[in-house]
Formats: sequence, C-alpha cells, structure tokens
Amino acid sequence: MKVGILYSRIRKDEKLLLNELRERGHDVVKIDVRKLNFGLSETPEVLGELDVVVDRCLATSRSVYATQFCEAYGVPVVNSPDTAQTCADKVQNSLALEGAGVPTPETKVAFTKDAAMEAIESFGYPCVLKPVVGSWGRLMAKIECESAAEAILEHKATLGHYEHKVFYVQEYVDKPGRDIRVLATDGEPVAAMVRSSDHWLTNAAKGAETDEFELDDEAKELVEKASDAVGGGLLGVDLMETDDGYTVHEVNHTVEFKSLNDAVETDVPATVVDWLEVKAGAKQEQEVFA
Amino acid sequence: MAECVQCGADVTLHDNAEVGEIVDCTTCGAELELVDQNPPVLDRAPELEEDWGE
Repeated sequence: MKVGILYSRIRKDEKLLLNELRERGHDVVKIDVRKLNFGLSETPEVLGELDVVVDRCLATSRSVYATQFCEAYGVPVVNSPDTAQTCADKVQNSLALEGAGVPTPETKVAFTKDAAMEAIESFGYPCVLKPVVGSWGRLMAKIECESAAEAILEHKATLGHYEHKVFYVQEYVDKPGRDIRVLATDGEPVAAMVRSSDHWLTNAAKGAETDEFELDDEAKELVEKASDAVGGGLLGVDLMETDDGYTVHEVNHTVEFKSLNDAVETDVPATVVDWLEVKAGAKQEQEVFA
Repeated sequence: MAECVQCGADVTLHDNAEVGEIVDCTTCGAELELVDQNPPVLDRAPELEEDWGE
C-alpha cells in the first residue's frame, strides 16, 4: 500500500512505524505538515494517490486541521478528524465518554474564577484542575487547599492563553499509584501497561515506571466503549482503578507507544501496521466495488 | 556527520537517522533537527509547544 505519514517531528514512535512499514515493502511517503499549505478544494500533490494517511502530528492543533483537510480532499486518514477533534479537547472527550455511559471522573467546567472556585469547593480538597488542551501531564494541578486554588485560578486567568480561562475541574481519583494505558485499534486492545509512580501524575512522559498489564473483561469492554465514543481509530485509552471498578479519564488520538512497546511482549508497531493494512485494504475494496 | 548551527561542532548522526528527527549537539547542548539527509543538514529544533504530545 502507499501510506502517507503526517508528521512534524520524528519521534521513536514514528521510527518504529516507518521501519515496520518499510520492512513490509510498503511505499511510505513522509509528509512534513510544516511545509504544506492546504487549499479548500485542490488536493496537495503529495496527498494524492495515497491508500491511507496516518496522522502522527506532534501538535494537536495541526492534527485537528490537517485531518480535516485530508477528509475534505477524500484522502482516507487515520485517525478521523472527528476523532481528533473529540480527543484533542478534554471537555469534548469527557462529554463523549459520559454520553456513551463510560465511567469517567466527575468533571465540571467553568469560565470565570468565581464559578471555578465554586466547582472546586463542590469537589472539596484535593481536586484537580487541568488545561483543556495539553498533554504529557503539563500544567496539571492537584489542588490541596483554598489558598492554592485561589492562586492557581488567578495565575491561569492572568497569564494563560484564552483556553486556560476555560477551567476544567475534576474530582481527584485516589488511584493506587498507577494508571493504565491501553493501545487499541478500533476498540480492540493491542497491548496495555500500568504506569506507576510515587507522584500523583503517572504519565510515562513524567518518568513513571511501566509494566505490562493484562486486561480483564471489564477493562476490555470499557476500552471498546471508550473507543466507539470518540469515533474509533488508533487510540490510547487511559484508565484508573477505583474501588468501584475502572474509570476512563482520557482517550488520546495521536498516541505515543514507544514506552508500551518496551514494556510488553506484543510487537506493537507490527500490530498497528497489520491494522493499517486492513484499513487500507477495506478502502481499496470499497473503491473497486463503487 | 553534520554541522551544529549553533556552535559549528561536528555532530555524529545515527545510521538510520530520519529527516524530522531531533539530535543533541554534544558540544554545546543545542537541540537540533535533521532537515535534510543528502548531505545531512541540521537546524535548530522548534521550541516545545503547549499542545505537543500525547
């Protein structure tokens, strides 16, 4: 197949994918989105004739728009722009999960400091304040007391980008020092790992220790539901364990998997490419029969 | 081998280095991006943005 990789930086994740695709003899076209401009109707030459485009943009904003253009040009793209849009924004992500009946931490959104303070007080301390866009655990605040809440809200309102004036307040989930990252293709788990840390943030990007995790039926079912809720695709589903079962706090759409690949027996890039081949094959069949 | 745009030192590249990959200059510590492969050309890597990564 002829596969395009949308990127702006080649991380180890992209290298793993590129190597796997090339080893299988696929025709790979690397597409640096920083060098493209997107017209409303005319497909950029580099995007034409591709069986599938894989969005691996490092920047969420680029991912959201570039995938929309691919779809507008009729170029098959994974993940879909709808999935990107939903996953890119924590508010939309939470609404999608809640709407699909996926257990997710209780969340409130407010647009002013006073309203955010009310939301924080309603949860009590500690609670969590997150940016609506962002990743790698950046700018996340575990708020332990009223004075800290006031200070953080003041900083965000004064110093932040307008998006930081959308206050996303969430209950603090007292997880057992770890959370679970599941990589899934259209809801089918590829592999899963726990990310453990003494810190309340257990992101791999924050240096959490990783270990393979065997999913039980409840977790598998939630991964499928969470994937469907955001439109499916190649996704990173993040779960936390609670006394009442799992809660899904986030679904990621340009998921990084290098840590997962190191932690598990499964050949992650190979399984992802298996899935891509099926996606591209299905598209070709549709075209033949159309 | 390529030249660091910040300090001019020689930077050794991995055999399978890709355009778009980030390498560090071991002399000055600058974060560099491989922008061309034949011959290898390095440029300063873009600054970290808030919406990067997952």
